[in-house]
Amino acid sequence: MIEGILIGLNTALSLKNILMVMMGCFFGTIIGMLPGLGPMTAIALMIPITYGFDPATGLILMAGVYYGAVFGGSTSSILINAPGVPGTVATSFDGYPMAQQGKAGKALAIAAYSSFAGGTIAAIFLLFAAPSLSKVSLAFRSPDYFALMVLGLTAVSAFSAKGQFLKAMMMVVLGLMLASVGQDSLSDIPRFVFNNMNLSDGISFVLVVMATFAMSEALMIILRGTDPSRAAKAISLTELGSIKLDKDETKKTLKTIPRSSVIGFIVGVLPGAGSTIASFLAYGMERNFVSQEEKEKFGKGSVHGLSAPETANNAACSGSFVPLLTLGIPGSGTTAVMLGALLGFGIQPGPRLYMTNPEIFWSVIMSMYIGMVILLILNLPLIPYIARILAVPRTFLIPMILFFSVTGIYLMSFNTFDIFLMIGIAVVATGLRLYKFPMPPLILAFVLGGLMEENLRRSLLISDGSFSFLWDRPLTAIILVFTVLIFSWQGYLSFKSK
Amino acid sequence: MKISSVKIISLLFFILSAFYLYTAHQIQVFSFDENAPFNAKTFPIYLGYVGMFFAALKILLPEKIKEEVDHKVLDYKKVFFLIIIMIFYGFTILRVGFFLSTSIFLLLAYYFLGERRWKFMLLFSFPFVGLFMFLLHGLLDIYLRDPLLKFLGIIG
Repeated sequence: MIEGILIGLNTALSLKNILMVMMGCFFGTIIGMLPGLGPMTAIALMIPITYGFDPATGLILMAGVYYGAVFGGSTSSILINAPGVPGTVATSFDGYPMAQQGKAGKALAIAAYSSFAGGTIAAIFLLFAAPSLSKVSLAFRSPDYFALMVLGLTAVSAFSAKGQFLKAMMMVVLGLMLASVGQDSLSDIPRFVFNNMNLSDGISFVLVVMATFAMSEALMIILRGTDPSRAAKAISLTELGSIKLDKDETKKTLKTIPRSSVIGFIVGVLPGAGSTIASFLAYGMERNFVSQEEKEKFGKGSVHGLSAPETANNAACSGSFVPLLTLGIPGSGTTAVMLGALLGFGIQPGPRLYMTNPEIFWSVIMSMYIGMVILLILNLPLIPYIARILAVPRTFLIPMILFFSVTGIYLMSFNTFDIFLMIGIAVVATGLRLYKFPMPPLILAFVLGGLMEENLRRSLLISDGSFSFLWDRPLTAIILVFTVLIFSWQGYLSFKSK
Repeated sequence: MKISSVKIISLLFFILSAFYLYTAHQIQVFSFDENAPFNAKTFPIYLGYVGMFFAALKILLPEKIKEEVDHKVLDYKKVFFLIIIMIFYGFTILRVGFFLSTSIFLLLAYYFLGERRWKFMLLFSFPFVGLFMFLLHGLLDIYLRDPLLKFLGIIG
């Protein structure tokens, strides 16, 4: 492991990669601060750029964007009560009241230190857990992988939007349908191409991500007439005050960080759960841990109440890399985008990544620490200035997002058909989003589609066409029991509300 | 009786799944693969059935939360114009070249979204695209097809 850490440090600490983390954190913070534009949009816009780099650099850049976007979301939550991403909603419960009391600088500092500590502790967990889990996951066979993918898709659907399970499952099926377009991976038989040569290679992953996130988000902003730059203007006008914490605040933050890190990491590892659930869970748990006097302060500017969700959401971000790096199965929409990007580099994440591409495996883990340090050193004092850059009117912001989306896909294929297909998918996605059909399950399904079919093929061939492979191995059966439990729970929830 | 928009979307999804299932059955597999436990059409066939199943559930089950959208407050006109100029951009990017088509796309998009400060509009179109092209083509060595600039001898 020491050797691996050194390999990772050597890669992550090269001048180019440090610059990439800095750029990623900076760009991610900008996008994360804009309400509505989250990490997935930020990463989607970055993918075409990453293809110009080696895989490790590309992934380091994306990891930086991810953390930056989560931090940016916290900033708008605290300063103007407008969470940029769902994972920072709980941050606003106590962060915004603190800002209103004239302690905006302190609130941002608590958020930054908690994020840093949460992310770092979780990255240490990841450092130890990932190699061990990689070894364990070598015991996984095709039926287990298939069952795990079904569980992942079901869990993401169950947690992606409250009360929208069926809609999310429809999006999963749509994602799998889109993934099935093009030649069959084994027999090269064309499927769903309708005699169109442009479809024979399938639909590009970048195209789907750009269309469903970046482009449809831009269209949604115009459709609803919202102005994300208004939030940035408000941030740039906020008086931050001191960012120095006193003894009592430091003590409270230090108490909260360890327990919230553990909660965040565990929730992050679970497929589908992610930073939103982690932050709410940590907030609720923290309320139970503190004294009655402190409990009263929750929702009115409590240090514990601010530190807990911030620690947990960053710890969950690191935790979500565990299933991606060890099993090759992303647990969230954001890590699904990263998996798609990795597959684009020709790298298959999974248990063997640890052995075949140690520089990628370890440099991603190491870049997490570096990203955290950069966020702490650079972003905290620079927030008002970043916000000033952000105060670009939407009349300029939206065309720029559309320009980067179209250019991104054009640079990859030099094919106008892809541009038209992207516009078509973006229009459909905008319509679906208007009626609260969630997009992360679609992306996750699109990325996993090929792998899922491959594992089902192997499982069915081994069991001679019988579905007994679903219960032959105890591991497969256990995973499927969890899937059934999620289905039953969703059924119970809909029955209960009636 | 008013049918909700979500149910209409679910019905469309049901039809899409049925069409997908029909098309999946039409996939021509190799004759030796026809009776194999798994061939190129197996997974799509399952998908078609699963899609129809979830769509049918959404149509048949009563709705817990009514998702209705107030169409009066939505700005369809601007979105329509943006889509049109994006399609126009798609048509011109290969024929006219990246520089001119992108600059015109940006100018038109700024204009349709209500921007009237021509100084900024011009600054963030032609010079911005020029700088972007320099970064990609000149520094990162990423090929950008531009017949116009090639004709003018600006790029090789």
